[in-house]
Amino acid sequence: MMHPLRKKRMQLICLGILGIGIALALILTAFEKNLMYFYSPSEIHAGNAPTKRPFRIGGMVVKGSVMRQAESLGVWFNLTDTANEQMVYFEGILPDLFREGQGIVAKGQLNKSGLFVASEVLAKHDENYMPPEVAEALENVQHNSKVE
Amino acid sequence: MTEFLSMGGYAGYVWSSYTITFGIMTLLYVHTKRKEGKYLRWLRRHLASLEK
Amino acid sequence: MFKFLYHYSSLRNFYFFSEKLLPFLLITFVCLVTYSIYGALISAPADYQQGDSFRIIYVHVPSAWMSLLIYMVMGLSSVSVLVWKIKLAEITLSAVAPIGAVFTLIALVTGSIWGKPMWGTWWEWDARLTSELVLLFLYLGVIALLNAIDDRRTGARSASILCLIGIVNIPIVHYSVEWWNTLHQGPTVSKFSSPSIHIDMLIPLLTMTVAFMLYCLIISLYRIRTMILVYDKDSQWVKNVITDNREQI
Repeated sequence: MMHPLRKKRMQLICLGILGIGIALALILTAFEKNLMYFYSPSEIHAGNAPTKRPFRIGGMVVKGSVMRQAESLGVWFNLTDTANEQMVYFEGILPDLFREGQGIVAKGQLNKSGLFVASEVLAKHDENYMPPEVAEALENVQHNSKVE
Repeated sequence: MTEFLSMGGYAGYVWSSYTITFGIMTLLYVHTKRKEGKYLRWLRRHLASLEK
Repeated sequence: MFKFLYHYSSLRNFYFFSEKLLPFLLITFVCLVTYSIYGALISAPADYQQGDSFRIIYVHVPSAWMSLLIYMVMGLSSVSVLVWKIKLAEITLSAVAPIGAVFTLIALVTGSIWGKPMWGTWWEWDARLTSELVLLFLYLGVIALLNAIDDRRTGARSASILCLIGIVNIPIVHYSVEWWNTLHQGPTVSKFSSPSIHIDMLIPLLTMTVAFMLYCLIISLYRIRTMILVYDKDSQWVKNVITDNREQI
């Protein structure tokens, strides 16, 4: 098919790419803890999250868990990954998309009483895009099926 | 019309994104055509010098 | 198939073939981009969650897809350069690299602008954003090698090697949102499952993507054609082209 020298070059290139790919895969697996953008409440519950340094937590805001402090910007809310919950405290301005049921990523640290004190709260939205009417219709369907 | 321009309050974000995107694409087009002209002129001169 | 490729990899044949193609590409691009912008800004409904800010998707996503697509084109050219030493591949590598870099930059900038109101931050070092930034550096590296090395062939070979080393980044960018916990959300449009985007919102996204592809093709062809003339400047066919061109003016 191909000139033997070209074939050899092609093989070397493929080998090279494979080699680098494998090396990268190993490096990334080794550093996975650092690449993990956030920990879930379950991972914190299991004791897998760092205790001495800041890290990020990701989860959904539990309905009815949002409590605001009267005079300051302080707010408490719980994050869940459906299996476990984690309470978060934050003082500051929340992102536009913050609300119950919204995905959230917060950066901060666990204090001695197991409360996650956040220094930064970001909203993480999902990959679904739809007009408001469709979203409403979907919610009604879900609501009706729950009622049943 | 104002509703359109205000983009639900996100005017700054939406309009700057579109301006940057299509602005850069236009600049790239202009730059490409200019370079093409420059090289064509250079080639013409090169050809003329060969003919001498 | 190979005969077809072999025929058009000759600089002269490619030059004349692309000449015929360009008018169609230009007209289609103008029509498609106009329709897409109308679709993006007017006819697509606002998102239930993100409101009108989601319209940034129509410039951000096609740009990001172009940044990946062009890198793959560079990858194929790199293989052709290293294995078969095809001149047209060397030219293609030089021609498309800046275009890819431009779209990577646009993707990063528009993504950042979108992130501020929606996420609450201009930038985060999550896997998706970081790997796309790495892609920009790879493009810049390729461009630097092509320009820094005086000998065209050596420059093309070095750039090709860098390009292929960096090609592992392409699946990383693509699968980053699935492999790791990231701030950037998962794929909305993927090969095997139905899109999680409403059809009225999806259509302008697809047409805008095609428009961007046409744009990249058009700019690439302009650049390739110019380089072909310079590469082959001492050949008779180029001399004829220049003379014809001269007489037209």
